[in-house]
Amino acid sequence: MDLTTILQILDSTLRLATPLLFAALAGLFSERSGIIDIGLEGKMLAAAFFSASVAAFTGSVWMGLAGGIAASVVLSLIHGLASITFQGNQLISGVAINFLASGTTVVIGEAWFGLGGRTPQLEGSGRFQEMTLPFAETLSAVPIVGPFYATVLSGHSVLVYVGLVTVALTWWVLFRTRFGLRLRAVGENPESVDTAGVSVAKMRFAAVMIAGVLCGIAGAYLATGLAAGFVKEMSAGRGFIALAALIFAKWRPVPVLFACLLFGLLEAIGNRFQNIDLLGVNVPTQFMQALPYILTVVILAGFVGKAIPPRAGGQPYVKER
Amino acid sequence: MTLMTKFLGAAGALALTAGAALAEPGLIIDLGGKFDKSFNESAYTGAQRWIEETGGDYTETELQSEAQREQNMRKMAERGANPIVVLGFANASTLEKVAPDYPDTNFAIVDMVVDAPNVKSIVFTEHTGSYLVGIMAAMASETGTVSFVGGMDVPLIRKFACGYAQGAKSVSDDINVIANMTGNTPTAWNDPVKGAELAKSQISQGSDVVFAAAGGTGVGVLQAAADEGVYSIGVDSNQNYLHPGSVLTSMLKRVDNAVYDVFEEGRNDAFAPGIEVLGISEEGVGVAVDENNESLVTEEMMAAVDEAKAKIASGEIEVHDYTSDDSCPALSF
Repeated sequence: MDLTTILQILDSTLRLATPLLFAALAGLFSERSGIIDIGLEGKMLAAAFFSASVAAFTGSVWMGLAGGIAASVVLSLIHGLASITFQGNQLISGVAINFLASGTTVVIGEAWFGLGGRTPQLEGSGRFQEMTLPFAETLSAVPIVGPFYATVLSGHSVLVYVGLVTVALTWWVLFRTRFGLRLRAVGENPESVDTAGVSVAKMRFAAVMIAGVLCGIAGAYLATGLAAGFVKEMSAGRGFIALAALIFAKWRPVPVLFACLLFGLLEAIGNRFQNIDLLGVNVPTQFMQALPYILTVVILAGFVGKAIPPRAGGQPYVKER
Repeated sequence: MTLMTKFLGAAGALALTAGAALAEPGLIIDLGGKFDKSFNESAYTGAQRWIEETGGDYTETELQSEAQREQNMRKMAERGANPIVVLGFANASTLEKVAPDYPDTNFAIVDMVVDAPNVKSIVFTEHTGSYLVGIMAAMASETGTVSFVGGMDVPLIRKFACGYAQGAKSVSDDINVIANMTGNTPTAWNDPVKGAELAKSQISQGSDVVFAAAGGTGVGVLQAAADEGVYSIGVDSNQNYLHPGSVLTSMLKRVDNAVYDVFEEGRNDAFAPGIEVLGISEEGVGVAVDENNESLVTEEMMAAVDEAKAKIASGEIEVHDYTSDDSCPALSF
């Protein structure tokens, strides 16, 4: 395995990790405020569909992004309404959102485009184009750092960089702002926040809305960045992998980044080496494709230590009976 | 009471129309969806053509999950559709169970052989069609590396890959063929993101012609090839129009003709059970050349393809069929 191969795998890793990263950060905001969110998958799917549809209608990927975010935020509000206002079961609401998104995207898609639930192929300004970072050409001559910068970091769509910035932003918001302190407190001990005169419901709604926006970007990246249009069920379980990454990272922003990169790396390796000869034994394709999932189980079961979720997670806050 | 009468009347009318609709042919669209721009869409096009040309009508359902196969097939038979066309190898075991229960209904299955007195099995020689596009790929490649993205990892798709590799190697022994599969479950027919990622990985390994035999996943593969400025090859339907200038050609598999013929046999009461093999000489498989790709296809390529066609038809070239012994001399999986 030479340097070029390694760089190409890392390049692919960054692309594959980005949707996971947005979704995991969405889950982070939501779960840190005490709202368990297994509807990440559904929100991502709905956002993928609406971003592709709006981009197909308007020809502008930015309008598409806005459309995807709007769809995801609407689903977030439904989740918030069910689990915060009406104090329903958060898991059930999340599952419902997944089913809702899986069904409605295809039905609406068929009604709008008549293409069996897919959207038309997006072209030109309807998609996020790959952008070259400044100095990528000049720096590529520098050994090691140069090719790394030119191949791995440069040449992605703008959302990849937004994702990396969002990690830092999330850390700053959560740990360096008053809003973040209250958000974390609401997830750990809502009574104390309420006693201090801050509305628990408002804090939780804010967190759920942020989750909606981030999930919307994740979905838009799938449909208008990685692919060129929506295909039914195109989220393909990425929302759940993001959830696993979130737990693996123990609900902390920077570890979330590394967890997502790890899952991206495993998938990239699985794609690249579908069958390799290891010590004279031919490792079958099936094993390489199952590898990310096998390692997920192994890592989650053995190496993370105890992952303690926010204490008030999953419990609706009841002010008084 | 009047409401009740109305309902009864409506039910009666429905029953009557159901009786009148007897002996319409039926088509069960397989997983991946009617508009996969590939295998299923080809069958759908064939059925539409039959409607246009004969003025007849047919019944159609679309599978949503693996579990619906048997239920759908039985329902179709009980509705009185005849003959019933089912698409795809995955239906074989279900059809083996269902066909004996409806001895008066004729079935046709595409891509698999089911031995029953009322079943017609239509199989294509995909390996020979893939051989032809393999030749074109190798001739179009400048890097000496060509690649293949398969959908679900099943023998049928390996048959495509194996024929493709043999075709490419027939041009030059030095041609490097990379083959990847998208997954092991039916979702692998519908994951364009993974398809694009596999294609990009192959392109970064030097491939400059990517052949996709992956249903809906192929849409992502063709897109990735167009984005990276290399050639791609479509499958089943003519996909040349998807990215003119990038899609080198498409390996046609005339599922549309097969569906049309079965429907037509049903109309003329001439249904013939048994195995029908559609190959190059029957024009069941072939390569697509139209206005979208004529600038990419050189005369040498067409000459080589025509020569190979003639040699395959005469038996001079024997393309190895992966499914005959589950191995491929030109490619390791």
